[in-house]
Amino acid sequence: MSTQPQTLGRRGFAFGISALAGLVAALPPMPSQAAGSTPSPNESKQQHPEVTVWVVIEPDDTTIIRVARSEMGQGSMTALPMLVAEELECDWALVRAEYVLASDNLARGRPWGDMVTAASLAIRASHAYLRKAGAQARTMLIDEAAARWGVGADACVAKNSVVTHIPTGRTLRYGALAQAASARAIPPNVPLKRPQDWQVIGRPLARLDTVEKVTARPIYASDVRLPGMLHAAVAACPARGGRIGHFDAQQVLAMPGVRQVVAVDNNAVAVVAASWWQAKKALDALSIVWDESSADGSAGLELSTEPLARMFRAGLDASDVAIGRRRGDIDAALATAATLVQADYEAPYLAHATMEPQTCTAHVTAQGAQVWAPTQNGEGTLLVVAQTLGIDPSRVVVHKHHLGGGFGRRGLAQDWARQAVLIAREVDAPVKMIWSREEDVRHDLYRPFCVARHTAGFDRAGRLIGWKTRLCGSSISDALARDRLKNGEDHEMMSGFLEEDMVYDVPNIEVGYVMRNTAVPVCFWRGVNHTQNGYFREAFVDEMARARGQDPYLFRRDLLAHSPRSLAVLDEVARRANWGRQHAGVHQGIAIVESYESVCAHVIDLSIDAAGQPTVHRVVCAIDSGYVVNPAIVTAQMQGAVAFGLGAALDGEITLHKGRVQQSNFHDYPVLRMNQMPPVETYLVPSADRYSAKWGGIGEPGVPPIAPALANAVFAATGRPVRSLPLSRHPLAPT
Amino acid sequence: MTELTVNGTRHRFDGDPLTPLLWYLRDELALSGTRFGCGAGLCGCCTVHIDGAAARACSVAVGDIDGKVVTTIEGLGGTVLHPLQKAWIQLDVPQCGYCQSGQIMQAAALLAGNPAPTDPDIDDAMSGNICRCGTYPRIRAAIKAVASGSHAGLAPPPGGQLAATAKPVP
Repeated sequence: MSTQPQTLGRRGFAFGISALAGLVAALPPMPSQAAGSTPSPNESKQQHPEVTVWVVIEPDDTTIIRVARSEMGQGSMTALPMLVAEELECDWALVRAEYVLASDNLARGRPWGDMVTAASLAIRASHAYLRKAGAQARTMLIDEAAARWGVGADACVAKNSVVTHIPTGRTLRYGALAQAASARAIPPNVPLKRPQDWQVIGRPLARLDTVEKVTARPIYASDVRLPGMLHAAVAACPARGGRIGHFDAQQVLAMPGVRQVVAVDNNAVAVVAASWWQAKKALDALSIVWDESSADGSAGLELSTEPLARMFRAGLDASDVAIGRRRGDIDAALATAATLVQADYEAPYLAHATMEPQTCTAHVTAQGAQVWAPTQNGEGTLLVVAQTLGIDPSRVVVHKHHLGGGFGRRGLAQDWARQAVLIAREVDAPVKMIWSREEDVRHDLYRPFCVARHTAGFDRAGRLIGWKTRLCGSSISDALARDRLKNGEDHEMMSGFLEEDMVYDVPNIEVGYVMRNTAVPVCFWRGVNHTQNGYFREAFVDEMARARGQDPYLFRRDLLAHSPRSLAVLDEVARRANWGRQHAGVHQGIAIVESYESVCAHVIDLSIDAAGQPTVHRVVCAIDSGYVVNPAIVTAQMQGAVAFGLGAALDGEITLHKGRVQQSNFHDYPVLRMNQMPPVETYLVPSADRYSAKWGGIGEPGVPPIAPALANAVFAATGRPVRSLPLSRHPLAPT
Repeated sequence: MTELTVNGTRHRFDGDPLTPLLWYLRDELALSGTRFGCGAGLCGCCTVHIDGAAARACSVAVGDIDGKVVTTIEGLGGTVLHPLQKAWIQLDVPQCGYCQSGQIMQAAALLAGNPAPTDPDIDDAMSGNICRCGTYPRIRAAIKAVASGSHAGLAPPPGGQLAATAKPVP
């Protein structure tokens, strides 16, 4: 396993900015605190020498641990420093976490490695080099103490930010050693602790970012205040693919506070004013005539939900199929099957609806650009800003702020950064752009609308001998990350059915995907393709079980007989949920999905009242993430994944009419609220390296199994399979 | 001309009386702890107290609250942390944190009128406040901890960061 930060080439890790390293590797260092620059509250403000690039220790022992990834609620700002602290042997009470600047990373040859925070990879992609960084710094501190005492380093031990010479009991604090230690050579090879010796990893330590979030510190990009700053409100053409027809800026320039009206990219209009409200009021007053004649998709396809759905459904019979997995002879197996089970499924477009609407503050001058951004990808933002403005990347500084929600919206999709700098380029002042919620919902990039067709065959003995799945929808990678395609094929659209993430043992199996791209933009959405595919797969498993007259849990057990890792999670969730022993009137649904190198299963307890109203009484969750860095954060992420996924499965749906998204705010794009939130019991079943050497992700794996667990509970209650989402489409009253 | 008191300080506002309180707080008074989520009273991110009652600052015009007393998250505890803020810290409630000012302000209004809320009371009071991260179980637990007085006795979470940073709000 590599222990050096790098752009990881493994599929699933590369996010399309690897070219950036070479592009700017030779640039001179860009000072973090450029003249007139306002850093974000959590950004690196180095006062003292680095022991290594990851660790700065101040004379009072305050230990600053750098964080390259982003904090969007998933706990990276705490869990990543824990990995360093484990080996550093510092006093955790002295630890402060700070963001690395993307510009520093690029200027210095990317010593902090990848900054992308997506695909649940913050821990799984960086645990090795972060633990190594802690061990390197600890070794340097011990060596410095030993040199001062004139003793061997092996007679010294470090603990709680103090080095002790064991034979004499002499001590030196890290704060007294750090400056000199920073001049020592970084040891290339340092042994890492064995898991049984861990003192920090595995503890439910308090998050480092809680106090600032509870006391309303200005930690978000939308809180930025800069001298002379103006505010921008934006309206993009309501129809996808449309553009500005005409508008007359004079109509609003005399309104209070209004300074400028700016056309952006020929498809959006921004009003810049002294306050956001003044900008928004003027924008609303501005008569913009939109040209929607070009709002049709390719080949005259009307961008309305029904024609789009028909086109995707037709794709299930198409021959331009990318095969993601083939085992045995599926056609022969299905031809000889004694029983066939077939079903088509659909999942809707979904919006991210981050709690903080899209926002970015930018200041563009002759010298370059600074932006203050909630970004899942600091380097990606930097590159987009440079490309948008046509300037060298060395002239861009990105100040990272905590995100008011990410969920995939603020990673590869940098449309908001582009808009912000295009507006700011026209204004002689820093400009804070904030989208209205309506703009945020209507101009999101959505989880793709997808359809599936399953055909399963059983032999005369009732054994599952063949399972064929066809999928159709729009490719996320084709839209946002073409370097992730394989010979033009997007195999990630088959997540959840591929060899690495579907472990059900079926002798003949085939999964294929038909790519149908449209002008409706699609994007990563927490759990990505595992979400709709996990639903398609696990809901159909229950249909197969029922067709065989078998219990859904026991049916899965049989298919997982040779997959001990998934079987252990399935057994745990069933045991904890008292599977099969629910109270009268309560129906259970079970689902398990492997994603991001973790395995997660949920059981939902549900009832449906006489009016057809479903109530989820409880969710039981079991999760194997390999290792657990912070169990309190894992538990919180499982609760959060349930809320995010359950809300979508119950009510979430984005629809279009002639290019216009028909939803606009939380009244017509409802998300889960407190009164709908079930108790969530989370059981951690970490398998460490028993089955693989992988550290599993946590931010997303709780999402994929929740929609199918809901569908399966409803199936159990009504006897009718739920073959499309959201559930609100389906009348559930007893018939 | 509108006069109002915000966190104990009297202010005069002679701008557009239709200006939503939210943007007056954020852009003019630099009180950015009250956050924008929907602009339509649908999400609760911008919850403040007006004369002690919870209100959505995005949907209240400054011109309509002449003479009123406004409290924001910055002024909730005065010079110390409000018990809810302490409980929020002790239970590590936030994830992304963006909605939490509004959640705390809504919970404070609930407890001011109902010191011992039941679960349905909590649902009724809090279901207008959306949290996309799904921190609802810990919000509920924190409200109950304060209601029962047990927050003072809650063991602080492991780790020393709490003691190092949980200082009164200046």
